[in-house]
Amino acid sequence: MEKYLQIENAGMVFNTKKGKFIALTDINLNVEQGEFITLIGHSGCGKSTLLNLVAGLLDATRGLLLLGNKEIKGPGPERGVVFQNHSLLPWLTAFENVYLAVEKVFGGRESKHQLKSRTQQVLELVGLTHAANKLPGEISGGMKQRVGIARALAMEPKVLLLDEPFGALDALNRAYLQDELMKIVAATKSTVLMVTHDVDEAVLLSDRIVMMTNGPAATIGEVLEVDLPRPRERLQLAHEPHYHALRSNVLEFLYSRQMRPKEAA
Amino acid sequence: MNAITLNDNSLNKVISAPETMTLTERAPPRRTPYFETDQGKNLIGFVATVIKKAIPPLLGMLLFVALWAVIANTNKSIPGPMETWLSAIQLFSDPFYDKGPNDKGIGWNILNSLYRVGLGFGAAAIVGIPLGFLIGRFEFLSRMMSPIISILRPVSPLAWLPIGLLVLQKAEPASIWVIFISSIWPMVLNTAAGVKRIPQDYMNVARVLNLSEFKVFSKILFPAVLPYVLTGVRLSIGVAWLVIVAAEMLTGGVGIGFWVWDEWNNLNVAHIIIAIFVVGIVGLLLEQGLMLIARRFNYE
Repeated sequence: MEKYLQIENAGMVFNTKKGKFIALTDINLNVEQGEFITLIGHSGCGKSTLLNLVAGLLDATRGLLLLGNKEIKGPGPERGVVFQNHSLLPWLTAFENVYLAVEKVFGGRESKHQLKSRTQQVLELVGLTHAANKLPGEISGGMKQRVGIARALAMEPKVLLLDEPFGALDALNRAYLQDELMKIVAATKSTVLMVTHDVDEAVLLSDRIVMMTNGPAATIGEVLEVDLPRPRERLQLAHEPHYHALRSNVLEFLYSRQMRPKEAA
Repeated sequence: MNAITLNDNSLNKVISAPETMTLTERAPPRRTPYFETDQGKNLIGFVATVIKKAIPPLLGMLLFVALWAVIANTNKSIPGPMETWLSAIQLFSDPFYDKGPNDKGIGWNILNSLYRVGLGFGAAAIVGIPLGFLIGRFEFLSRMMSPIISILRPVSPLAWLPIGLLVLQKAEPASIWVIFISSIWPMVLNTAAGVKRIPQDYMNVARVLNLSEFKVFSKILFPAVLPYVLTGVRLSIGVAWLVIVAAEMLTGGVGIGFWVWDEWNNLNVAHIIIAIFVVGIVGLLLEQGLMLIARRFNYE
């Protein structure tokens, strides 16, 4: 197995007012290039913290994180992040939001014309050509999230980091965007690390599901290989016994072995 | 207007028409009356809302004028609304006359005051807004400036006048200095608060994209803080306009504040009341103008 993203013995301790809080401990994970990994676990299990460590928005207090054999130090455009609440700049249009990223990554090498067509292309990829000149306040939640994905993809990152990207969407929109994401990832052969708490989403999208134990001092409990053939079809999978077996595997981990802690928010 | 106009043609029609109309001839279809058409209904609705919205403020004004009239009636030294109104018409019929330095039209006085406010307030904005950005961005600077600002901010604006006169030697720059020092605080504080309240999400975007300091400022900080800056500007210009009358009373020259003092010396109370209205209305216009600008930059 070729190690592309390596997380070795990573741990994270926060200094809070009530003293030290151990969020993550002994995290070991290797991700291959082109792999789709989901992190799943109950609220407060530190899955977003782990994603932020890879993004470089947080610095691990212990252990080592490597991407393409280079140590991760601070955030950078080779790791495209799609935030939970889209985080678009409300004073820039969809096009300008994406262009900001494109300009940063490719501005030194390419002409303005090339940068613009690059932005157009990625907006086309997420199906937003018609809304390019709209402000975030003028488009729906699903569309905003697609702009967020476009912004991350436009940087041609080595790894795409998605922090519960569809959590705030209604079920229909979520299903639609999951299908879109599968197509986009298949087309761009991206390496993806995605945080979710939706079991169906995890089984549908992933190559491997990383299931995390409850915090504090959360760690990886189990890794489930999802060997369903691609391209996957939502409706066909519904009749697939293996899909249901995988699904109940995750459910069993979450609800029988890692009962949701009562005090969790 | 005549309902029927008579000319040769219509007269002929009337003459040649048969005495009786056959029943088969139909009357033309009745035209919908204007107030039953959509356009007419919209007009009625519009007029109704205007009246509904206009009644309370009009009533308030009416009450105010009535109270004023009653007070003027009991105290003969205060001119009543009618007397003041006539005096105002006379005053505003020639606002830009110029009979030497101590006798200029009301227009000149207002413009002079606005000019001073513009200078003092402009200087305060040039210093205060960048200072606010720095204080908001750097915690160290914020803690450093906090005690100074806390002490200086509540000082009455006019307490600064002697210092201004001493250092600047002249009345004119001293009054501008007073405007400057009293109107700088709302801009500093609001800008700093705006910078501190920028959502972490936006800053995370900046970090992930690895944007340069300039890009962070122009694409994130500045637009995110702009509404706060404009609130500061609005408060500041209110303070500046509030202070100018008092400052001019003390320093003299041409200006609405000194004009009030001058008219007090002339015992022209009607003019003083007019000046109060003028100051109020100009202040209102300044504030409303800035509100319009602020609305343009509201993205939420």
